[in-house]
Amino acid sequence: MLSYGFMQLALVAAVLVGLTAPTVGVHLVQRRLSLIGDGLGHVALLGVAVGLATRTAPVLTALLATVGGAVVLELLRSRRSAGTDVALAVMSYGGIAGGVVVVSRAPAGTPANLDSYLFGALTTTTRGDLVVFAGMAVVVLAVTIGLSRHLFAVALDEEHAAASGLPVLRLNLLLAVVTAGTVTLSMRVLGLLLISGLMVLPAGCAQLVAWSSRSSLAVAVLVGVGASVGGTVLSFHADTPSGATIVLVTVGVFVLLAAGRATSRGPSRWRRPDAAVVPGPAGAEPVRAGLGVPR
Amino acid sequence: MLLTSRPARAAAPPVSRPGSVLELTGAAFGYGRRPVLHGVDLVVHPGEVLAVRGPNGAGKSTLVRGLLGLAEVLAGEVCLFGEPRGRFRDWHRVGYVPQRTPVVGSVPVTVRELVSTGRLSRVGPWRRFGEADRCAVDCALEGAGLAGFDRRPVAELSGGQQRRALVARALAGDPELLVLDEPTAGVDADNQRVLAATLAGLAATGTAVVVVVHETGPLTPVLTRTVTVGGTPDDDGC
Repeated sequence: MLSYGFMQLALVAAVLVGLTAPTVGVHLVQRRLSLIGDGLGHVALLGVAVGLATRTAPVLTALLATVGGAVVLELLRSRRSAGTDVALAVMSYGGIAGGVVVVSRAPAGTPANLDSYLFGALTTTTRGDLVVFAGMAVVVLAVTIGLSRHLFAVALDEEHAAASGLPVLRLNLLLAVVTAGTVTLSMRVLGLLLISGLMVLPAGCAQLVAWSSRSSLAVAVLVGVGASVGGTVLSFHADTPSGATIVLVTVGVFVLLAAGRATSRGPSRWRRPDAAVVPGPAGAEPVRAGLGVPR
Repeated sequence: MLLTSRPARAAAPPVSRPGSVLELTGAAFGYGRRPVLHGVDLVVHPGEVLAVRGPNGAGKSTLVRGLLGLAEVLAGEVCLFGEPRGRFRDWHRVGYVPQRTPVVGSVPVTVRELVSTGRLSRVGPWRRFGEADRCAVDCALEGAGLAGFDRRPVAELSGGQQRRALVARALAGDPELLVLDEPTAGVDADNQRVLAATLAGLAATGTAVVVVVHETGPLTPVLTRTVTVGGTPDDDGC
């Protein structure tokens, strides 16, 4: 299998997507925004259609469309606008419908087949694509892993984060842009309709077995990389579409973990490694206040 | 009116720092254009522990939120460490314990992770926590009576324990002004005493404390002054 050049490229692309998409997903799930990846995937379709119709690189137009959509949604959310979820719906359906209409009016000779974007075409990955993918993956991970403490602080308590001087709006916009970038990056591997699966499902797996934010990121990445490599290999041998196979493997992992948790004696044994050392009520001992640390 | 006498403490003598930590002159606070509270004059100095009391809906939370930039200043002036609030940038010098316990997201978060977020104002982006930062988080956990709870998921704590975790989060930043909005609500008497000891220790090093409380309870001996919002003033009108 590895003697085929296209499979080598496909596996590297799968690893990059399997690494980045779940790290974004954990932050989205933490903020209860798990549907945003799906909406942005639909917006990307409009971008792809415009790219095909105007003979511009579809990846570039898709990136512009998703970044624009993500920034608008985040600005609406930051103003506590009640219409945020409706705006997401408008973008989502407007994106799909607009994409289909624009492609149908494309000039003659345009490859009007949207399938490779809707469902992914992993094995058509080129070396040039990989360079772009790797660059985007580095940027995404610098935000989702490098700034994870800051992003979690904002997700947990936006007001406290603002009161302690964290740049809340800038952090949220950064996550929105990175989400848009991940959608565009994953489009060729998984397909626009399935992207959200590899973002949200590994985060769902983490919810089942992880006990902290940090372990959630680790579990999500493990599941993401495992499922995308496993799914790619499986799709090669079973001759099935790679994007859908990867997502099915992720669903399989989720179901196994959920079943395992249901049949084990509850979540506490997994989630609380130190359950046996619950300290008694404090108060008897003299308490040092936050002293001793130089300001 | 300012209280000049401070209760004697066994700990190190109060660090004298010039100037006020907080100065409000004819301040009005509210949301949008609707004032909730107006005509507030108040000066808080380093080492003071000020209780803010008043009936429900009098605007106690709006007052503390106004200090922190979470409610608008509609009139008058608010200065933090001698700087008008609009120009104040050193938010790491201010610690805040909100009244509402934040909704813990759907990804598990440990007590240590929550408390560590209070240190981020002193740790820049893409920086790792150093020894001093980890130590500050340990001290904060201890000061809120949560030593040993650091690996527990926040969602598994009781309501009172979650409130103490928020106190620890504010302590982790080593604030010079600590603002607490009803930190004792739902907290048992033993742990209120732990909090009182912690606040006394902080005040002894020069930290100014502004605490909104309904019942002063075990905090009473620590308080240096009480102001009342709305209703009848106790000893300092507001």
